[in-house]
Amino acid sequence: MSLRTIWRKGLSAVMMSLTGLCALLTVSVLILVLGYLAWNGATALHWSFFTNLPAPVGEAGGGIANAIVGSAKLLLVAALIGVPIGLLGAVYLAEYASSIPAFTVRYAADLLNGVPSIVIGIFAYTVVVLPMQHFSALAGGFALGVMMIPIILRSSEDFLRAVPGSLREGAMAVGASKWKTILTVVVPAASGGIMTAILLALSRVAGETAPLLFTAFGNRFWSNGWNEPIASLPVVIYTYAISPYDDWHRQAWAAGLVLLGLVLVTNLVARGLLARPAGQRR
Amino acid sequence: MALAKDKPVSSVSLGQQTAPTAGSAVRLKIESLNFYYGKAQSLFHVSLEIAANRVTAMIGPSGCGKSTLLRTFNRMHETISHTRLDGKILLDGQDILSQDVTRLRRKVGMVFQRPNPFPKSIFDNVAYGLRINGYAGSLSEHVERSLRRAALWEEVKDRLHKSAYGLSGGQQQRLCIARALAVDPEVLLLDEPCSALDPVSTAKIEDLLIELKQNCTIVIVTHNMQQAARVSDFTAFMLTGELIEFQPTPQLFTTPTDPRTEAYITGRFG
Repeated sequence: MSLRTIWRKGLSAVMMSLTGLCALLTVSVLILVLGYLAWNGATALHWSFFTNLPAPVGEAGGGIANAIVGSAKLLLVAALIGVPIGLLGAVYLAEYASSIPAFTVRYAADLLNGVPSIVIGIFAYTVVVLPMQHFSALAGGFALGVMMIPIILRSSEDFLRAVPGSLREGAMAVGASKWKTILTVVVPAASGGIMTAILLALSRVAGETAPLLFTAFGNRFWSNGWNEPIASLPVVIYTYAISPYDDWHRQAWAAGLVLLGLVLVTNLVARGLLARPAGQRR
Repeated sequence: MALAKDKPVSSVSLGQQTAPTAGSAVRLKIESLNFYYGKAQSLFHVSLEIAANRVTAMIGPSGCGKSTLLRTFNRMHETISHTRLDGKILLDGQDILSQDVTRLRRKVGMVFQRPNPFPKSIFDNVAYGLRINGYAGSLSEHVERSLRRAALWEEVKDRLHKSAYGLSGGQQQRLCIARALAVDPEVLLLDEPCSALDPVSTAKIEDLLIELKQNCTIVIVTHNMQQAARVSDFTAFMLTGELIEFQPTPQLFTTPTDPRTEAYITGRFG
């Protein structure tokens, strides 16, 4: 082998190792986080952890039941706001918009996506909490919903655009109006992708803490209805983690593990939905 | 070969217009149709009569405007922006441009070049047109009838609720024909329906068209002259946006009057 060949092969091997190492580092960060959470929090994970309310400081047996239910309620409100607006906005972009309005809407959505979550929290505080004069699940859900809009909008738009034009033509050729075509053919054809987009958006905002700090605020007891301050997993993690009590630290790790577990499961389900072949998607 | 685009309705005199369809009722009448994609004109003064309950084929080299013309018959050109047409298209004497477009498309159905079934079950594909048009009768009876008319019933009767994507190409195209037939159209437009199919499927669909014309007027655009000769009663030859010749099929293929037609069918260009 000539010197040139040796140099080429050597360089190729070095680059492959370097890039492989970086890929490995990426995966290992996730594994490290999971590992830390499991190592530190596993001891606090028992059945009562999921079913008990937080206990007073010093008492054993505290749980995160209200935080789990609280997060679910917040995500419900967020979905009710984010999904219709995001999805219908995506339909507008994919089916109706001409280039200039479409560009503007997309750009605005991308900007909204980039707004720091704490700023969204302040916005929700001003718009919902101040008029209502108290913290609430509605305010927290509103903040999370606003964050979901651009995620759902951009992903759904891509999935709607991916539906072949021939399907739209086929529908219109039997007398379907444009709106009926969208409702009965285009959206169902993109439904797998849209479900994925919604699930991913939900799992993304499920872990947002900053916008909930002064909208949902937090609650050590059960919240009734939608107008009271409400607990949530990320805020509980925050509160417990910065506290001076070891027991609370362990519970924070455990809550973190629960949150991460839910996010991972949601992601897997979402990817699984997307992997189904087109014909079997209804 | 001089192709004079400025001569209005030149090579097809009115005498030749009415002669081929004399003796059969006229279902679709096109008068002096000009069509524009933006600034570019692609159809020039096309005048044509489509006979009821007959198969009319449109042949011509690629880019001659036959698909463009076909798509004006059910106003599918409106799905593309910046298109414009002037002239008249009359369905049973009524101007189609002044009718409600969704009602028109129920009367004038279309089958496309590539099969385009929806990602739904076979049953739901055929029932689609019925459902969106508010059909009140028995869906399963009507679906069966449409599938029989499309010569597909025997092959799919046991798997009506399976996905349409499980069918072969030829079966999918017959499914699209069944879907179009389900709304009982008066006219069926087919845009090169067999170009993506194997010869066996092609033969099945050609036999189908000959059956269907008893209750339906058929207009088929085809690249395949032999198919036009096999299947159609009347043939229109188009070239660069003009209608060059329109005759009963046997006459067009044996004694064409225009030298350009003869050049095309003998394969000197195309």
